[in-house]
Amino acid sequence: MAQDYVKINIGPSHPAMHGTLRVIAETDGETIINAEPEIGYLHRGVEKLAESMTYHQFIPVTDRLNYCSAIPNNVAYEMAVEKLMGIEVPEKAQLIRVIMMELSRISDHIVCVGILGVDIGALTPFFYLFIQRETIYEMFEWYNGSRLTNTFGRIGGVEAPLFPGFEQKWIEFKPELMKAIDEMDKLLTHNRIWMDRTIGTTAFSAEDALNWGFTGPCLRACGVKRDLRRDEPYCMYDKFEFDIPVGKYGDVFDRYWVRMIEMYESIKIIDQAIEMYKALPDDAPLMAKVPKILKASEGEIYSAIESPNGELGFYLRGDGSDKPYRLKIRPPCYMVYQAFGELVNGEMVADLIACLSSLNVIAGELDR
Amino acid sequence: MEAWGVALIKVVFIWAWTLIIATLMTWVERRGSAMIQDRLGPNVCGPFGILQPLADGIKLFTKEDIVPEKAKKILFALGPIMFALPAFSAYAVIPFGDKIVIGGKEIILQVADVNIGFLYIMAIGAMSVYGIVVGGWGSNNKFSILGGLRSTAQLISYEVPFGLALLSVVIIYGTFSLREIVLHQQGTFLGFLPNWGIFKQPLGFILFIVTAYCEANRVPFDLPEAESEIVAGYHTEYGSMRLGLYLFGEYVNMYTLSALMVTLYFGGWHIPYIDMSKFLGPVAYGIASFLVFFLKTCFFLWLFVWVRWTVPRFRYDQVMSLGWKSLIPLALLNLFITAFLVQLTI
Repeated sequence: MAQDYVKINIGPSHPAMHGTLRVIAETDGETIINAEPEIGYLHRGVEKLAESMTYHQFIPVTDRLNYCSAIPNNVAYEMAVEKLMGIEVPEKAQLIRVIMMELSRISDHIVCVGILGVDIGALTPFFYLFIQRETIYEMFEWYNGSRLTNTFGRIGGVEAPLFPGFEQKWIEFKPELMKAIDEMDKLLTHNRIWMDRTIGTTAFSAEDALNWGFTGPCLRACGVKRDLRRDEPYCMYDKFEFDIPVGKYGDVFDRYWVRMIEMYESIKIIDQAIEMYKALPDDAPLMAKVPKILKASEGEIYSAIESPNGELGFYLRGDGSDKPYRLKIRPPCYMVYQAFGELVNGEMVADLIACLSSLNVIAGELDR
Repeated sequence: MEAWGVALIKVVFIWAWTLIIATLMTWVERRGSAMIQDRLGPNVCGPFGILQPLADGIKLFTKEDIVPEKAKKILFALGPIMFALPAFSAYAVIPFGDKIVIGGKEIILQVADVNIGFLYIMAIGAMSVYGIVVGGWGSNNKFSILGGLRSTAQLISYEVPFGLALLSVVIIYGTFSLREIVLHQQGTFLGFLPNWGIFKQPLGFILFIVTAYCEANRVPFDLPEAESEIVAGYHTEYGSMRLGLYLFGEYVNMYTLSALMVTLYFGGWHIPYIDMSKFLGPVAYGIASFLVFFLKTCFFLWLFVWVRWTVPRFRYDQVMSLGWKSLIPLALLNLFITAFLVQLTI
């Protein structure tokens, strides 16, 4: 009977709710009968804010979308504006963008996979990886002075070349990072408890995922080989060699595994990008010719990139002034989170937590 | 019967000793986890942060004692006490050394050598679950109740294999007294193996250690307080020294269980192949036996810490199925084989 179920309010202030998510779950013992995710606790009106800011002023605001990896947000927005204005970005700037975005992807996956471990009860691998994330943040800091909210790049290019010694830093850092990922892999992947907890929990089919509008690692986890970096290349991604890892069942394990492999792939891309970067002359331009005051002509565009979480799209409509008439963000989390209630139905409370962490729902991106 | 004065000294000594060990364990746990995780851990209070437990204690004692308005006051107050008291009492029957002879008087290093020490441990061990359930219920918080319920579910799945594993030991040694079990473990059998429980009961030991982790509510069985899932489980609403009692009771429990492992499976105070009593004076022998026992216990205490920071957590239904579908059949099998072999050799 319906009145026999216990309603528990998980969040918005709960150790596993990643900031400000909230799920109202009706439970029968530990089994979830009905889970209703509630969103909007971190809504800041980002899209409306854009309408009263010039194109350049909005870049720092995009940092606050997916705060675990700010750089792809910045680049996605910058690329949208460039597309609207028809600006061609020089090759060197594109390579710097690729390097920084891939570093950012690694750090985002570190957060997701590490926290997934913590939520399932394995605290130690989290520390192994977070020490490496610290080094990545150090590199960001050396590049432009910020760690978390990077405000990376400009419309039309980037602000500076890679700092001297970047390659050296990367060469020193790479084995450490790979060792940390390997250690996590050894501690968790084939651990019996980990497998019991993750394999088969909150699985979904490819068809469902496509209907829900999943993108990114969550979509690839169920076997759909879609990656914007390969399917609709931007930033010279078509010139790099990398694999797109896919899972099979879309369960927590596959989502975890896809992210683990993607970290290795990102390392590959960075290696190639650094080689290509070195081949360019030192005085190659970093910025396209951009007027001091950016004014977009009337028109609308949609531009998307493969952010660590999936397809991050910006819809922009210019009206001839220096401010956008309308900006709409298509965050990957929003589509993923809509399925959350359905995914966890009939599972246990512990699975709800694992599912949430493995979907990597970031409140800043979800609520905007 | 020995003089009551001696008994009192032993009680006070072991009480204080357990307190010290449990306190130190909080430090070992934090430094140990830091070592495992590439961190520093507490290093400000005293050398290597060894005074950290003291600082924590002062903090817990001086914190405001908050009782939630809608909590069931009596149960809320009773919970931590019901958890901590059995934890302390259980140590009474564990022989922490052989004997010490002072002035012609023989003093047995054990608070009470009861002939049903075994049943006492089992009964007292199961009691601590009441503390969790009562505390969880009394808090009037849904997460606390969930924690309490998980604890109950866990109890019924581990208590049976726990008892069965212990029963096999009883069959082998033919006694319920823990002291006599240790005495039986002297010497060797089959010519080279030490006469320890682990060699006679390898499967029994594995069953026992798994269920012991379950009983101590430690990772991978820390479901009642699974922080990421149900906030802090049964002690969500607790603060100040009430919380302190829960945390403290956990370490005392660990100490008791480690001591029990040494007593039953690792020969108590015996060192394999060496009989200390032959070349040590009576007082020195007493102290040596105490130290040997303690060192062995330390290893198992460290194992608790080590495992905690290595493996993830089970889900609640997985613990149930592990208990009922794997541990109980294995324990029954072990019991059967043991009984059969003992019957053959008699």
